[in-house]
Amino acid sequence: MSAKRIFIKGNEAIAHGALDAGCRCYFGYPITPQNDIPEMLSSAMPAAGGEFVQAESEVASANMLLGAAACGVRAMTTSSSPGVSLMQEAISYMAGSDLPGVVVNMNRGGPGLGDIGPSQGDYFQSVKGGGHGDYRTLVLAPGSCQECYDLTFEAFDLAFKYRNPVLILGDAIVGQMKEPVARREALPIDPAEGGNWKLTGRGQRAPRILKSLFLEDGALAGQNLRLRDKYAAMAAEVRFEAFETADADLVVVAYGSIGRIVKSTVRALRAEGLKVGLLRPITLFPFPEAALRDLAGQGKRFLTIEHNLGQMVDDVRLAVRGLADSEFFGFLPGNMPTPEDFDAPVRAAVKGA
Amino acid sequence: MSLYQDVIIAGFGGQGVMLIGNLLAYAGMEHGLNVTYIPVYGPEMRGGTANCTVVVSDDAIGSPIIRNPKSLIIMNRPSLDKFQPQLVDGGVLVVNSSLVDPALADASRVRLVPVACNEIADGLGNTRMANMVALGAFIEATGVLPLSVVEESLSHVIAKHYSHLIPKNAEALRAGANAAKG
Amino acid sequence: MSEQLVFTRPEVLADVATHYCPGCQHGVVHRIVAECLEEFGLVEKTIAVSSIGCSVFLYNYILVDTVEAPHGRAPAVATGVKRARKDAFVFAYQGDGDLASIGMAEIMHAANRGERISVIFVNNTVYGMTGGQMAPTTMVGQKTTTCPGGRCLEREGGPIHMSEIIATLGGVAYCARTAVNTIKNIAQTKRAIRRAFETQINGEGFGFVEVLATCPTNWRMSSVAANERVGKEMIPEFPLGVFKDAAKEE
Repeated sequence: MSAKRIFIKGNEAIAHGALDAGCRCYFGYPITPQNDIPEMLSSAMPAAGGEFVQAESEVASANMLLGAAACGVRAMTTSSSPGVSLMQEAISYMAGSDLPGVVVNMNRGGPGLGDIGPSQGDYFQSVKGGGHGDYRTLVLAPGSCQECYDLTFEAFDLAFKYRNPVLILGDAIVGQMKEPVARREALPIDPAEGGNWKLTGRGQRAPRILKSLFLEDGALAGQNLRLRDKYAAMAAEVRFEAFETADADLVVVAYGSIGRIVKSTVRALRAEGLKVGLLRPITLFPFPEAALRDLAGQGKRFLTIEHNLGQMVDDVRLAVRGLADSEFFGFLPGNMPTPEDFDAPVRAAVKGA
Repeated sequence: MSLYQDVIIAGFGGQGVMLIGNLLAYAGMEHGLNVTYIPVYGPEMRGGTANCTVVVSDDAIGSPIIRNPKSLIIMNRPSLDKFQPQLVDGGVLVVNSSLVDPALADASRVRLVPVACNEIADGLGNTRMANMVALGAFIEATGVLPLSVVEESLSHVIAKHYSHLIPKNAEALRAGANAAKG
Repeated sequence: MSEQLVFTRPEVLADVATHYCPGCQHGVVHRIVAECLEEFGLVEKTIAVSSIGCSVFLYNYILVDTVEAPHGRAPAVATGVKRARKDAFVFAYQGDGDLASIGMAEIMHAANRGERISVIFVNNTVYGMTGGQMAPTTMVGQKTTTCPGGRCLEREGGPIHMSEIIATLGGVAYCARTAVNTIKNIAQTKRAIRRAFETQINGEGFGFVEVLATCPTNWRMSSVAANERVGKEMIPEFPLGVFKDAAKEE
């Protein structure tokens, strides 16, 4: 890790993380609030010897990602909610064809055109597949500019490890705020990466086919079972931040920007002596269900806080089912949340027992 | 928690509030602290006031968005009306008295630091450095960072083709700090 | 008496029976593509992009590295492939529903950017794989399962002429329309595909060949009648020719 920190936006941190991770193809289409990423990469990517294409649509940029992924090249596309909806087709095909790629969603308010401010309204779309068919993507949720950098950097390794799309789910807060970020040493890509499946032109070997169509009897079931095993194996990647949970009576569960804002609320209430802690999932798929279940087994109660009408709370409830339940507080898009906004709901939940 | 300061910096678009927010946060980073900077974002930007929030701490920072700040830098009247009620009791209120009547500040509740930013900047040769005067006053009033670190950070936040203005801006920072010593 | 082999199948073409219906001309176009790949020595460095429609199984017949694109997106996928692997030879093979309807944006912009790829566009005026629905290229009066009374100009508009449109775009190096209904036209198709491939090899720009073809099954015709329809009805509507050749404009 370089000692020198740079002061950048979360969006820029994502672009830097991608470049340092060896991403050499970027495809994008303008949409607020993530335009810093294509604007920076339009010059930085060619300077790094890579390719930058401003596509005709998010449909096209995601399909360009599919094409580059088929070649085993580290590639990325970025967008925000309405654009990510348009990408779901390609993401489904990539999942069905076992193709690695990184997709960034700087979540904005919805449904529809919504607004350009922060929101967590795309949780379900992100963690439950998002497009058609029975699939999952790894979903990483940065809560700081450093995590924007680190998680993007690591997303490429994960994508190739599992041959699967990886989604970075940020929002307009972490995308637009600036923080010091420590960059890592850019490592050369292992030339053997993807060596046994990527398309290079067949040369002297047998031709390779990357596809998601399985028409023969039983073939698709086989593919679905193989994907199931892959998604189960991803549980090894689960990550979360546990803050003051050990002696907490109430564990607040919140992710991303909201997670860090709630952390301030939790700190303030701790200072008053309230036994409250925070569990901030960093991977949303795989979801830290074992950690939550463990806390539930210790008799703790739960409050899920999201920037939406209640989505992740379903996964919290599933994780603790039979042992506990989770209350829910939803802060709605269209407003910028502050720690004070969560004060009353957390207090009420602490005393609620 | 030995060091923690947050501030909302607000004014008209064009008064350079984003620039001094960046400068403050950058200097905090250079001083080895954790910092966050977040600009107001969205249609509000096209209205009367622009603002940003900066948090400086030696601990990990939770929220970058602050409802009740410990300090304010207020460059124009609409910003005073909007943010003064949110300032914590006893908070530091740096007011640009060139454009805002300090009598409008609730001096009994907050720690008022009136600075004639525009006049002082004018005296140095350029009204547009009023923002630097205000930041200098803020640094002096809060003691959050050594002023020298802020001066040294100028070259990192001012665009290269304006680098010839750095010495003057440093002077404006010092003039603001002196004014706050009052 | 010794036998002498005078006509053989390109090796890159699989020695299997295709799933195509009797009288379908995909097989002829496949063969021409295969011949051109071999003649230019491209087989080992080719990455094909198959699309949605009857030709989705391209990879069963042309034995090169292949990725399957979503419906209409082959030019975008091919863009990603070519940008990622500039040394590869990249072609997409698309039908008319795929290219001229759902994939209109992708083909137009790949062409306009001048992506160094080649697109083979097989136009048989109907959605074949899904059972003969109206396509953007369906001719006025032509009956399909979704315009059983015949395509109506006032209600559904007329057939789209892709080659004429593509030829207007700046990044296009070569654009032609051919047919495979006669020996002469088959030879012309081969010349066109060779030239389209050549523009990619030379880095001249985007290459596009529209091939008029039959769909006897969905046209409800015999193979012979379908082939005759190409000459009698399709060619008058979709005139053959080279619409753009950058090499000849200098």
